[in-house]
Amino acid sequence: MRINGSQLLAEVLLEHGVDTVFGYPGGAALNLYDVLYQYSDKIKHVMAAHEQGAAHAADGYSRTTGKTGVVFATSGPGATNLVTGLATAFMDSIPMIAITANVPDSLIGRDAFQEISITSVTMPITKHNYFVNRIEDLEDALRNAFRIANSGRKGPVLIDITKDVTAAMIDYKKGEPLPLDKNPVASDEDVQKIADMINQAERPVIYFGGGVVASDAGDELNELLEIADIPATYTLMAAGILGYDNPRNLGLIGMHGSIASNRAVDRADLLISLGCRFSDRVALNPKKFAKKAKKIQVDIDRSELNKNVLVDVSVVSDVKPFLQKLLPLIEKKEHREWVMQATEWKNKSGDVKCQEAELHPSEIVTAVCDLTDKDTIYVTDVGQHQMWTAQYLKHERTRKFVTSGGLGTMGFGYGAAIGAQIGNPDKRVIHFTGDGSFHMNLNEACTAVSQELPIITVIMNNRVLGMVYQWQTIFYGKRYSSTTPERKTDFPKLAEAFGAKGFSASSPAEFEEVFKKALQEKGPVWIDCAIAKEERVLPMIPGGGTVEDMIIG
Amino acid sequence: MDKIVNREVISILVDNRYNVLSRVVSLFGRRGFNIESLTVSATNNPDISRVTVVFNGTEQALHQIITQTEKLEVVRDIFTLDIENSLYRELLLAKIECDKHDRSALKEIVDIYRGKIVDLHKDSIIVELTGPPEKLDAFMEMINCYNIVEICRTGITGISRGVTTKDI
Repeated sequence: MRINGSQLLAEVLLEHGVDTVFGYPGGAALNLYDVLYQYSDKIKHVMAAHEQGAAHAADGYSRTTGKTGVVFATSGPGATNLVTGLATAFMDSIPMIAITANVPDSLIGRDAFQEISITSVTMPITKHNYFVNRIEDLEDALRNAFRIANSGRKGPVLIDITKDVTAAMIDYKKGEPLPLDKNPVASDEDVQKIADMINQAERPVIYFGGGVVASDAGDELNELLEIADIPATYTLMAAGILGYDNPRNLGLIGMHGSIASNRAVDRADLLISLGCRFSDRVALNPKKFAKKAKKIQVDIDRSELNKNVLVDVSVVSDVKPFLQKLLPLIEKKEHREWVMQATEWKNKSGDVKCQEAELHPSEIVTAVCDLTDKDTIYVTDVGQHQMWTAQYLKHERTRKFVTSGGLGTMGFGYGAAIGAQIGNPDKRVIHFTGDGSFHMNLNEACTAVSQELPIITVIMNNRVLGMVYQWQTIFYGKRYSSTTPERKTDFPKLAEAFGAKGFSASSPAEFEEVFKKALQEKGPVWIDCAIAKEERVLPMIPGGGTVEDMIIG
Repeated sequence: MDKIVNREVISILVDNRYNVLSRVVSLFGRRGFNIESLTVSATNNPDISRVTVVFNGTEQALHQIITQTEKLEVVRDIFTLDIENSLYRELLLAKIECDKHDRSALKEIVDIYRGKIVDLHKDSIIVELTGPPEKLDAFMEMINCYNIVEICRTGITGISRGVTTKDI
């Protein structure tokens, strides 16, 4: 059939199972949006308040559904507004496709109105990008974009299409998505070697990350823990793979990780790392990280091996097939004493409450957790509240905790929560944020209202930029440079102004009461929770430190 | 892995398309890879270009360069050239201040290195010299005592011996 470039785009999206896209229209994107209008019965377009919100929404959609998130933007500022969203997805390896329109090819390179070379801008924050100024190249670019975004270590791909191409006509035949690139799988010898190491270890620990989620290897991992009796710790990207009540679950690792996790890694004689990258928030001191342990690293991305911490055995492999090959070679074992010791550390909590305060972060998170079911999706912004949420939520399922791990993007939360709710209309979405993060992108409230999304936003409001404030308290002699902005924002009133519902709470009882009310609402709700500015995230290992430097109370 | 490796020559076969070089170079820049020289050249396949990079650093840094670069969609193949079994060449142009008194002595040096005098002025000459980088280094050492006005070196290009070719 003879169709134009914009229709071709819509057809290829449909072929890849895309039924929902996020975005914001504009001049160069008029043809694209005209087609979205024609295809509105097949492709739902969710219009955000700002392209950044749209990008985070596509990201949140992808993280919670496992599908490819798609975002549309116009040229120039529309495209540059995607940058933080793309970088966030890139750092956390989230498959996303960004479609940007550019000015007509005849104007490219002339500093035309709203012209920007977005492929140059996004080169370092996409897996790949395409500039398409010939209609003949469009189909190829689109199909390859889906292949690249979902192959190997996943990530965002951007396609920039000149306006003339969005209108140009071409013959088109229905096609199939391209097969994904073959994932690397560990060799039999490597698997045997690792199995031997595991079978001989006395104090083994598994440390795993987002790769286990991306590879959907949670069942295999749980089985390995069970058979070999190994305690395990996870990064922020992998919360929920292990059940909260799993006795071998040591909790979060790293800077604000649990005492149990960090101690166990420090004492282990074997560290098996699966789908993670020894980031500077985990291996705070790469030379002393797990210093007594032989280290094994299994990752799908060869460039992650030995990048941050030198390991003894490294294997390029997708985690799932690796574990499937490994499991039959693992001997049934008991490390009773070791697991007991690690579990004992687990009872040492870092929950040090600020004495004067009435409502504590741990109480908020615990209440939310107790009042919602196991299928609830929890989304966070970035800062203290993010760490409290990670620490105190009783993570039970995968793809239920959405947070910006690698880039640490304040302002990520609301957009991501919108994407999560759009992708999971039957599930409850709770958005935890701080007053700092929320001020960045709370404009997306208008999106939540127009889409009638019952997202509950829990604002941990300490009226300071808590995480930086905490560092200034501990390391900068309480010189609070630009962290006490004296804002007078009335969140419940602002919520009402957006057409949403607003509550406030300053005690645990009050919070419980308004949260129950919020659960009854059909549209978005904000709950402004007054917490103390002296509340700290603990435990904490300062950057460059080791478990010996851990601040507990 | 943190031990220093000697000068390594990395050959990268990339799609011959616009923007490809900037993808490679931008990657080196943002990852802080320290490279000595970089050349781009055509291959017998018009769809493919060859980027030749000379690198000095640790084994870990070399591993990072290779594994990060191979992730680029435009990279078809990347490998280090085995010093023993490969040929490397580089071109040097040197403008040297030289009046009639120095001329014959300089010509002697140039001849020994099988270079060519490609330009002659009253007060200067330009020398063209090709060869392995060590030969060019040695030549520069020899002419150091003269007043060198300007030097350009192309950076090396390299190819492995025998028919086990990596070209497509």
